[in-house]
Amino acid sequence: MIFEELIQVLLLVGLIITAYLSIRFKDLLACAVSLGAFSFLLSLEFYMLQAPDVAIAEAGIGAGLTTAIFILAIKATHRWEVET
Amino acid sequence: MMSKIVRTQANILYPLILIFGFYIVAHGHLTPGGGFQGGAVIATGVALVAISFGYGKIKKWIKKTNLTAAEAVGLLSFIIAAFTGIGTSFFCNWLANSGLIFGDTVPYGPNPGYLNTAGLLPIMNLAVGIEVLGGLGVVVMYMLSAAKASEVK
Repeated sequence: MIFEELIQVLLLVGLIITAYLSIRFKDLLACAVSLGAFSFLLSLEFYMLQAPDVAIAEAGIGAGLTTAIFILAIKATHRWEVET
Repeated sequence: MMSKIVRTQANILYPLILIFGFYIVAHGHLTPGGGFQGGAVIATGVALVAISFGYGKIKKWIKKTNLTAAEAVGLLSFIIAAFTGIGTSFFCNWLANSGLIFGDTVPYGPNPGYLNTAGLLPIMNLAVGIEVLGGLGVVVMYMLSAAKASEVK
């Protein structure tokens, strides 16, 4: 029981760290990869909360497809965030 | 087109992702997941190959008209499967426990889960899987073609 709570605390700390990093990075490719890690940790958290159905959907769409679409959009535009 | 490392690992991972996606679709009535989740996993495999090989090569292998046709075929087969039970009611599961295809009776008590049960539900899962595969795949393909067009300019 204490082991599950420890894993959930670790997952939530990792969620906060990856969300903060995806905002703070200036390299947009690193931001996209950080958002992919955020989705992966979120799907693990869904699995820990006994919802494997939602976990599969989150891993497929959040970590797979949206990261791919972000990387395509970065390839078509600029990689570095610029001050306007 | 990306580097040779990315292309090689995409070649190895692509059939495994496809097999896992079709497993989720086919076991939709037994295990977690179903048509939508399996179709999303298959579309992830399509996106992996599309990004690692680039639009110039991929447009010969995966055609956008085929993906749009898969979307239309999935939706049509779903609504036709729903209308076959119209004698009793819309979405009536007349195939369950009938002895036909997917028509076996589920035994009482704990069991490992039998694939040949549940009537219309596996057929509808298959239809939704084909539809989601086409829809998400065509999103990725149009994004890829737009990225290629802006890259040339």
